[in-house]
Amino acid sequence: MGDISMYQYDKYDQQMVDTRVAEFRDQVERRLAGELTEDQFKPLRLMNGLYLQLHAYMLRVAIPYGTLNSKQMRMLGHIARKYDRDYGHFTTRQNIQYNWIKLEDAPDILANLASVEMHAIQTSGNCIRNISSDQYAGAAADEIADPRPWAEILRQWSSFHPEFSYLPRKFKIAVIASDEDRAAMRLHDIGIQLVHKDGELGAKFFVGGGMGRTPMIAPEIRDFVPADELISYAEACLRVYNRYGRRDNKYKARIKILVHELGKEEYTRQVEEEFAHMKTLGLNPPVEELARITEYFADPAFDKDASDDLDLSDPDFNLWVDQNTVAHKQPGYAIATISLKPKSGIPGDASSAQIDLMADLAEQYSFDEMRVTHSQNIVLPHVKKSDLYALWQKLDEAGLAPANLDLITDSIACPGLDYCSLANARSIPLAQKISERFADLGRQRELGELKLKISGCINACGHHHAGHIGILGVDRKGTENYQLLLGGSAAEDTSLAKITGPGFDEDGVIDAIETVTDLYLKERQEDERFIDTYRRVGMAAFKEAIYG
Amino acid sequence: MKILTGNDLKTGDVTWWTGSDWSRHVEDAVDVGENFEAILHQEEASRRVNVPYAIEAEMTDDGPRPAHIKDRVRALGPTVRPDLTLKPADPEAGNWVI
Amino acid sequence: MVEAIRFRDDNVHEEPAVSLDAFLDQSNATAVRIEAGEDARLLLPLLDRLALIEIDFPVFGDGRGYSAAQILREAGYKGELRASGDVLVDQIAYMRRCGFDAFAPDAPIDAKVMKKALDLYDEVYQGTTDSRAPIWKLRHG
Ligand code: HEM
Ligand code: SF4
Repeated sequence: MGDISMYQYDKYDQQMVDTRVAEFRDQVERRLAGELTEDQFKPLRLMNGLYLQLHAYMLRVAIPYGTLNSKQMRMLGHIARKYDRDYGHFTTRQNIQYNWIKLEDAPDILANLASVEMHAIQTSGNCIRNISSDQYAGAAADEIADPRPWAEILRQWSSFHPEFSYLPRKFKIAVIASDEDRAAMRLHDIGIQLVHKDGELGAKFFVGGGMGRTPMIAPEIRDFVPADELISYAEACLRVYNRYGRRDNKYKARIKILVHELGKEEYTRQVEEEFAHMKTLGLNPPVEELARITEYFADPAFDKDASDDLDLSDPDFNLWVDQNTVAHKQPGYAIATISLKPKSGIPGDASSAQIDLMADLAEQYSFDEMRVTHSQNIVLPHVKKSDLYALWQKLDEAGLAPANLDLITDSIACPGLDYCSLANARSIPLAQKISERFADLGRQRELGELKLKISGCINACGHHHAGHIGILGVDRKGTENYQLLLGGSAAEDTSLAKITGPGFDEDGVIDAIETVTDLYLKERQEDERFIDTYRRVGMAAFKEAIYG
Repeated sequence: MKILTGNDLKTGDVTWWTGSDWSRHVEDAVDVGENFEAILHQEEASRRVNVPYAIEAEMTDDGPRPAHIKDRVRALGPTVRPDLTLKPADPEAGNWVI
Repeated sequence: MVEAIRFRDDNVHEEPAVSLDAFLDQSNATAVRIEAGEDARLLLPLLDRLALIEIDFPVFGDGRGYSAAQILREAGYKGELRASGDVLVDQIAYMRRCGFDAFAPDAPIDAKVMKKALDLYDEVYQGTTDSRAPIWKLRHG
């Protein structure tokens, strides 16, 4: 099994990605030779994560369910250095994007990835995308099982799926296994929560969530799907969508619209009917396959005698521990989050050197493992508490120790108009200015948990609908304008944010955020978070404060 | 004025039509008037450019300035990474975009 | 119309395909054509009358025909299943996996490129009606 506690390819998995590289190499050659038009080539490159963006081609590489090891991380650094401009951008869907890729290099990059069991398969296109999961999977104190083996089963099933590669629209699946939702599960096309029923582990299905221009929270459509029927149930959900999802209007093509238009009951009825049929077809891997995969995710060799004692006499370290580490299921260990949100930084960006350093630190302190989070940070899932201080010192030296996890400066921001061809406005400069305005850590901590999310257009890649505070960039007669939203959440208390009113310019929206946070401080009762106060007080008071 | 832009098929670089070729620099772009469909078609077919299109621009002392902010970002590079733009030595370059 | 590509040994079915409505209405036709979006399940009670079912792809990105084909094969249809319309070489391997065994593309397909595409992948991850053994089955015998 090796000593890494994550899935490892066998010869079949390896062969699949190697073949994909060969296939894409051939397709690129045909494109460069003019045998394929751009119209014909586009869906093929998208199936391999290659976009044409504002400045160049952009490559999106999957980090399945957010888990990767040091060797893989170093390869990501190598690609950034050799083929890009020395950095990469970690995204909200547990992918990494490179912004300056040459088409002619793309096949070599994919070959590099395949050499470390990685790929860019189905990171774009109207197919089933990278399966995302809880970044604390396998380490969290509150999970009932590790969701990643289930995600891996789904990864294999959804890869190269012949029936579901030309869906009406993109399709995103998330799998979690605790009541606390750290993966925005109900904002996915399919959200799966692992649950127990009569002592058996199975999957609760939520279908029809999503963001984009019409955000929706996925309703539960089945409370329990047994492990050995997981694939037929997923097939049933997808087949109903593939047949009846709207194809006449790109903006109404996501499954959320189908579920909404049919109604949850009717959609569920159709799925159940299809499921009854699917069950007879022998589509499900046997339970031994789940068991085989699960073995790879066995706990690393924790030191059973590790101590929970921690010397917190260094005040900065103390702050970091308090903010950026959470409880581990194993006594003596902690889960540590490396924030990619330094003051004035670009949320989610990491240089090749930082990528290498994170790989080294994971090797040294976290059983070789890392996670990418949906809030664009990196997690070291298994750090011995006695190593935390040394780890923190090294992070701090490299500018990787902002103690701001879940605080207002830990914002999510999409690439926006600086990189994205669909954008209406820039997102990154806003995140930077907010991080400057709220730079004082004492002030941030006073505000407490506050999820700030910024998108550069209605597509909502920056999750603005799910921000306690959201910002949406719009185009007002050719100039950048920002709308403010309040009251969203991507956690287990999922809710959709509402627009406060007329938009602002860049400075105006930051002023408005300050007004809003000031009101919160004034109104809050006991240990209410911003979102709690907002829910209790209601939009009107906030509106009044902003617009007078 | 109308100018033509696209991306280089192989490298993805943003390019501008100079009247005879494609340049990385918007300063080299020429006014194509209304007769650009044939150029777009021919240049795309010969793969000297990928997905080219025509945009409105205004002639200024510094050369053509695309009418839309998106094309100005394309012309310069990301405003948040001046070091990666075409004018890394000019700290004011970003102002041209906005 | 370009010449059809077939992966069947039987003779080409000569009778022209009628529309789904016409077929369901009354006819004794033995060949039917379904458009994207038409319900392939309507044919299930009548499969043994059919020798050819043609499924149209108005644009290659419209993937409804893949499900239609699977549904027909899952129900045991053994006749010719032909994909017509915007059928491109890079989609043919998946179409084969969904049960298509004939192709009538709008534009010609290079036979060499097609052969390469079809021979590319040795194994598959999922079970479909083409009855290739999925990788999980190979792993567990
Ligand atoms: C720069 C290239 C990108 C392009 C062209 C792009 C395009 C899109 C589009 C068109 C949508 C809307 C889909 C729909 O509503 O049907 C979307 C949604 C989304 N994108 Fe992106 N995106 C890009 C980058 C990113 C990045 C960097 C992230 C992560 C930070 C991201 C994460 C998401 C998420 C989470 C959604 C919402 C999914 C949903 O609607 O359920 N995207 N993207
Ligand atoms: S939200 Fe809009 S601007 Fe931002 S990355 Fe997505 S598509 Fe681009």
